[in-house]
Amino acid sequence: MPEIMYREALNQALAEEMERDRRVFLIGEEVGKYQGAFKVSQGLLDKFGSARVVDAPISELGFAGLGVGAAMIGLRPVVEMMTWNFAILAMDQIVNNAAKLRHMSGGQLRCPIVFRGPGGAGGRLSSQHSQALESNYAHFPGLKVIAPATPADAKGMLKSAIRDENPVVMIEGERLYALKGEVPEGEHLVPLGKADVKREGRDVTLITWSRMYYFCEQAAQQLEKEGISAEILDLRTLRPLDEEAIVGSVKKTNRAVVVEEGWPHAGIGAQVVDVIQSGAFDFLDAPVLRVTGLDVNMSYAANLENATQPDAAKIVAAAKKVLYAEGH
Amino acid sequence: MYRKMVLIRRFEERTGQQYTLGKIAGFCHLYIGQEAVAVGADEAIRPDDYMIAAYREHGHALARGADPGMVMAELFGRTGGYSKGKGGSMHIFDIEHHFYGGYGIVGGQIPLATGMAFASRYRGDGRVTVCFFGEAAANQGSFHESLNMASKWKLPVIYVCENNRYGMGTAITRTAAVAEIYKRSAGYAMRGEQADGMDVLAMHDAVSDCAEYCRSGKGPVLLEARTYRFRGHSVVDPATYRTKEEVEEERKNDSIPKLRGAITSRKVASDAELDAIDAEVKAVCEQAVKFADASPEPSLDELWRDTIVGEGEEDVRPRQRVLGAQVDWPAWPGPKDFDVRWEIEPKEPSANDEKAQASSRAEERNKQQNGRASTTV
Repeated sequence: MPEIMYREALNQALAEEMERDRRVFLIGEEVGKYQGAFKVSQGLLDKFGSARVVDAPISELGFAGLGVGAAMIGLRPVVEMMTWNFAILAMDQIVNNAAKLRHMSGGQLRCPIVFRGPGGAGGRLSSQHSQALESNYAHFPGLKVIAPATPADAKGMLKSAIRDENPVVMIEGERLYALKGEVPEGEHLVPLGKADVKREGRDVTLITWSRMYYFCEQAAQQLEKEGISAEILDLRTLRPLDEEAIVGSVKKTNRAVVVEEGWPHAGIGAQVVDVIQSGAFDFLDAPVLRVTGLDVNMSYAANLENATQPDAAKIVAAAKKVLYAEGH
Repeated sequence: MYRKMVLIRRFEERTGQQYTLGKIAGFCHLYIGQEAVAVGADEAIRPDDYMIAAYREHGHALARGADPGMVMAELFGRTGGYSKGKGGSMHIFDIEHHFYGGYGIVGGQIPLATGMAFASRYRGDGRVTVCFFGEAAANQGSFHESLNMASKWKLPVIYVCENNRYGMGTAITRTAAVAEIYKRSAGYAMRGEQADGMDVLAMHDAVSDCAEYCRSGKGPVLLEARTYRFRGHSVVDPATYRTKEEVEEERKNDSIPKLRGAITSRKVASDAELDAIDAEVKAVCEQAVKFADASPEPSLDELWRDTIVGEGEEDVRPRQRVLGAQVDWPAWPGPKDFDVRWEIEPKEPSANDEKAQASSRAEERNKQQNGRASTTV
């Protein structure tokens, strides 16, 4: 299997879906002539022309709404947000229109659209550019929310999202674009709503998604050296949550740590903990702990920025705590 | 045309009455006074052109041909409504008649209309989108962002600004630096003009002309319809921010007697014929209330439907669901059913293309020279 970058995997997904379905078009800032702010759309303008790879003005609300309008009469737009921080301007269209069209019309309309772009801390960009905003979108019925960690999942989930009949919010990892991994060529679909056990283990489950998966992997390797077997459950889809997989893994390991990049207050992790306490309460040998970004705005200074985010050491410490193995 | 005008007037009077009886709740915005705008526009476009509006939209839906009983049932929150009672007054959708709703966030539908017009150019379906919004919505960013994209990409959309002079209780002159909304088109290099929104024939002519302009590929139009609502912003608004004299003065300009006068003076129809239409419409509206009253509340199972589209799930066709009618439902072209012939920006020749062109030009010259040479021999 060829090893390619996360951004190339997304590019493959877009090119393949645009090839097989003329209803699919890409719109966003810098997606065409500039070849994408993060080079995800490299080469697509030449291949598909300027009506299918549309360089939009800096009008996030406007072109998000344009996509929704086109979707409701049968096209399948992919709306690229240069980052999810900027998509806050478009939230009215995503939440008040895309997520509610089916409902408000009593089932007459559907809105098959993908809003995609990078989320999370970019690296030394301060507070406006360093936000993990998935919990905002996961709050709303009518949306699906996905956040793949690996290049293979990125390709397979984007293809599934484009074929989905509902609005999908896809939050890519801004710092994952250059990451390499094995990706199947051609048709490769990863179903939405299914979590993935990325590492099997016995003693504790680390539940996570997107870039935090890699910190969990580092933590698991460290724990392994100390004789602790950690399982990693990559949620991949944040709405709908794969509750069965979460409960199943915790029933097996009896301990869990939920790791997320975003803020703790009303974060996705809070919902995951609720799923665990209501579905696996009798199986728990310790309270579930959360490792999250600190409940503060992101700073520019390197040391402050690092300290704000989760890392492997914080995850290891939390895992040991739920194992009552501190000082181990 | 006359029938539609009277239907909307009588229907909305009934709506106001049913609201005071407690049969209708929530926000309810009546169209009384503005009928000429929606009817004139609807009569000027094709049945399969797209129409979309804001939350004062009962009239637009009726103008397009929505069933009055089902619109009333929606207002009553009953299962016989277009959205099974889930949308209410602000969210009437009748996709069978290409009426795409009913939106409650001021200006939120303007980008949607822009996207529908984008889809028309993309598929080359030759259709026009007509988008209605109030003058106060022209202060939203969605308006400006949409006009810019529509003009840059020459999208076939008519933005019809229904200027009834008040955004809820605030006169537009108090909130807009330029209160003549059509003038804002100049900033987007697009056609903009005013029309008399209290005259259905004038509206018809204006929209016909705009539709032809859009269809011929010249781009969008901003059409400001000068109009007036005779009632408050919503049913519960006593409209104390306007003087009685102002409302009295505007009522003299009522579009319905005006149309009636035009019809009888030109002898298109007699008073007796128009009276018969009045009586028929009155009966239709009475029947609409009866239908809504008789329609049951939606079942609680409905709570769990229409949020996420399930695998293989079809769209709901309201008149088929409620009345068992055969409906002509829009069928959108599939993955390979059309070609995208549109180029927003024509390709710039690359260095290789230029080289290729230069060599083919040289070849052409050689051929011509050889040709001449051979004829002279």
